[in-house]
Amino acid sequence: MSLSAKDKAAVKALWAKISPKAEDIGNEALSRMLLVYPQTKTYFSHWSDLRPGSAPVRKHGKKVLGGLGLAVEKIDDLFGGLLTLSELHAFQLRVDPANFKILAHNILVVLSMLFPDDFTPEAHLAMDKFLARVALALSDKYR
Amino acid sequence: MVVWTDQERAFIQDIFSKLNYEDAGPELYCRVLIVYPWTQRYFGGFGNLYSAEAIKSNPMVAAHGIVVLHGLDKAMKNMDDITVLKGLEKALKNMDNIKNTFTALSELHSEKLQVDPGNFQLLGDCLTVVLARRMTTDFTPDIQAAWQKFLSVVISALTRQYY
Repeated sequence: MSLSAKDKAAVKALWAKISPKAEDIGNEALSRMLLVYPQTKTYFSHWSDLRPGSAPVRKHGKKVLGGLGLAVEKIDDLFGGLLTLSELHAFQLRVDPANFKILAHNILVVLSMLFPDDFTPEAHLAMDKFLARVALALSDKYR
Repeated sequence: MVVWTDQERAFIQDIFSKLNYEDAGPELYCRVLIVYPWTQRYFGGFGNLYSAEAIKSNPMVAAHGIVVLHGLDKAMKNMDDITVLKGLEKALKNMDNIKNTFTALSELHSEKLQVDPGNFQLLGDCLTVVLARRMTTDFTPDIQAAWQKFLSVVISALTRQYY
């Protein structure tokens, strides 16, 4: 499901609103993922505190959204642009790719909450496709 | 067997009490048909679904969305009587017996409508977005957790009679 020019434009337009709140959005999405889908906590057993809004969660949420920002920048070549991140997830982190979908869902929920008027069905479609494509690029080096 | 805490029950009941079915139903189905266009395969009788604009102004789409919230009526005569939102209200009223309540509905979706159960998750995800837009920051992580649990129980019950 490749991104059309219209999808890319919609993602960039929404991203312009997202980026000033990136840290909060990352924190909120990650917090929800850990609480609502507790199996995802298994990847963070080395953190002191896994509760919503804790310092490690907030810090990591910011990092994740930073990665998404990179993906928006490289939207015309996601597989090339996210190569290093794919290698990181494949060989070091070894996150099961099914979890990318879980995090994506929580990002969409947070976007709906924070931007109810901007998150039109067309924006929803574009972001859902974009996040799925990012997940695919991140899984590229797995095997 | 599903065990619901008092808090989870309260959260789910609160969500439905504040939801305007006539408003949320149409949005739900618009999103499903626009965001996951392959779901249109089940709605050949709905006329023009060729663009997002057509979907948004299609009265059959709007009407169809309202049912899930009001509760699923077992005596359905045809597709137009079925609405996703009505079915969920029925699940709410039967939280302790969702599995059995949905036996007939599951058979309907499997035998007659022949809906791929994967679509239940897609609809559930769209409904979560619809709720989040309306509740904004009131849709707390704890409430979301209860809601996702409710959805997964309903989806499991709907899938149960497939073979």
